[in-house]
Amino acid sequence: MHFIPNILFAILLVVGVGFFVKNVKKIIRNIKLGKDLDRSDNSSERWKNMINIALGQSKMVRRPVSGILHIIVYAGFIIINIEVIEIIIDGLLGTHRVFAFAGGLYDFLIGSFEILAFLVLISVVIFWIRRMILKIPRFWNKEMTSWPKNDALNILYFEMVLMSLFLIMNAADFNLQQLGADHYIEAGSFPISKYIAGWLPQSEGALIFIERSAWWIHVIGIFIFLNYLYYSKHLHILLAFPNTYYANLKPKGELDNLQSVTNEVKMMLDPNADPFAAPAETDNDAEPEKFGASDATDLTWVQLMNAYTCTECGRCTSVCPANQTGKELSPRAIMMKTRDRIEEIGRNIDKNGSFIEDNKTLLDTISNEEIWACTSCNACVDACPVNIDPLSIIIDLRRYLVMEKSDAPQELNMTMTNIENNGAPWQYNQMDRLNWKDE
Amino acid sequence: MKVPTMAEMVAEGKTPEVLFWVGCAGSYDDRAKKITKAFVKLLNKANVDFAVLGTEESCTGDPAKRAGNEFLFQMQAMTNIEVLNSYEVKKIVTACPHCFNTLKNEYPDLGGNYQVLHHTEFLKTLLDEGRLTVEGGSFKGQRITFHDPCYLGRANDIYEAPRDLLRKLEVELIEMKRCKSEGLCCGAGGAQMFKDSEKGDKEIFVERTEDAMEVNPSIIATGCPFCNTMITDGVKNKEKEGEIKVLDIAEIIASAEDL
Repeated sequence: MHFIPNILFAILLVVGVGFFVKNVKKIIRNIKLGKDLDRSDNSSERWKNMINIALGQSKMVRRPVSGILHIIVYAGFIIINIEVIEIIIDGLLGTHRVFAFAGGLYDFLIGSFEILAFLVLISVVIFWIRRMILKIPRFWNKEMTSWPKNDALNILYFEMVLMSLFLIMNAADFNLQQLGADHYIEAGSFPISKYIAGWLPQSEGALIFIERSAWWIHVIGIFIFLNYLYYSKHLHILLAFPNTYYANLKPKGELDNLQSVTNEVKMMLDPNADPFAAPAETDNDAEPEKFGASDATDLTWVQLMNAYTCTECGRCTSVCPANQTGKELSPRAIMMKTRDRIEEIGRNIDKNGSFIEDNKTLLDTISNEEIWACTSCNACVDACPVNIDPLSIIIDLRRYLVMEKSDAPQELNMTMTNIENNGAPWQYNQMDRLNWKDE
Repeated sequence: MKVPTMAEMVAEGKTPEVLFWVGCAGSYDDRAKKITKAFVKLLNKANVDFAVLGTEESCTGDPAKRAGNEFLFQMQAMTNIEVLNSYEVKKIVTACPHCFNTLKNEYPDLGGNYQVLHHTEFLKTLLDEGRLTVEGGSFKGQRITFHDPCYLGRANDIYEAPRDLLRKLEVELIEMKRCKSEGLCCGAGGAQMFKDSEKGDKEIFVERTEDAMEVNPSIIATGCPFCNTMITDGVKNKEKEGEIKVLDIAEIIASAEDL
């Protein structure tokens, strides 16, 4: 009987972590549905980016208010998790405050956790106010329909509840320590919760009930939060690291070169090429490569990881010139729709063992109007705190529309015809190119 | 105006120091041609040994690539690279950030490797090396704001060269609220220059012109022929063309020197 809590905890731990790992594997599989892209170069620069941008939050603080609040929540999340190690050991062994032997250091740590927890609580409340009272526009764009809105709020509520439980648990523990209750050794310092302690009942039984309840709900809450991550937009807490590591290192203005096109253009321009020659290696079963992207699986794995990493903060959309002037395009929506589609493809595979054609594409949800509103100005790419690149997806969709569907706006078709015929986007004769000299 | 072509130079057995890539706007657009001429005047004044491709130049393919037509882009690029390589071009300067970006970043993968400079970078080198001297003249003390072209700024992280040139003219350089890496696009990039904008409630160039008007400049300086067109339209839209001039940095320097 004595070991029932320990056993319950062990089961909770295995189920909670196991379910999460299962879902993480799904995400990895889905990301790998993307096309290959070699980003194994320049590892030292990549590490530096990851350390500065993900770990150091350098791009977050470009907007100081949300940036600093975010750093508090982020630091709280990481540092308070040290306490979770103790919680897990206590849970498994039935001990109480197993690290208490560290004495002064332990007091310092618990004291810091409390202060951090309190700051996190305040920050999260301010985040909520920014969303719900100040109604900062980027949280209310039209892609922020009920689920994305609730999802963001759920995360905030989770954090509020977890931090409160942590402090209540400590407050009850503090009282119990003062009472000299059995099992509750005197350890830790409680700079915040000692003020809560006064509000709690003073009987030992009630305090133990509160302490145990808070402990259990806190621990269960952590496991629920962990598993909620997969279903939410909140995966950035993990994916920000690989995402910044594998982000593009080239100048933002450089669009990638399509090698498949290069091979064909070289053939076309080579006067010695025999147009009727059979290709050197024929693989009759191989489908000719599609130019550009019409579906999520035509994108690279980095673009798909971008979609999973996006936490829908909307900084990209708030700086997008098209979005600011009332156009349909929102870079955040591009990322959200990409993620929705790859998730849909993943569920299809889960259900059928392998992908069964569902006659849907990414272009069902991303309209031509969105795709053609982009000025390729890179403001969205620059603004993203974790180096997501919505522009690369927009360009790949344009490539599909133009090269596979000939579906460009009429004026652009004329522009391209002019370039092809006169070597300029306008209808001028190439022989007049130097006329300005004598005008 | 002294504008030698590569073909002429080679016929005389000469190799110029730098190729001036004029670009389509600089060759055909009436407004942009003035920028081209202003820059050529500066090149001549500094005795730069340069040449243009003239009728052998063709669109870099930038609008095609940004519109998603990789075929057309690569056709253009490979044709241009063949011409450039046949003249053994090593160094290119251009007054168009779109040409600049494409030549610098997207030609190497197709066999075109050159040192490519934006004209503001090149002018700055000329000043630093003492080959060109400027004085503020009529621009001294004028309120000038610089609009960062996306393909110079965010795309290639060049923010200081154009500003350094303005500072040399002793102008009162004022920054818009959104500037440098946070600068707002003029609305022309990504092949938008060649099409109507999608449905919305405002034109991007009007939004950007309002940014500039907020700081009360007498001149909005640019470094891109397309930005120049867009902002000029914005100023007209606001009926401010009497008070605010839109000028390329090369034009400002050339006119400061009475060229």
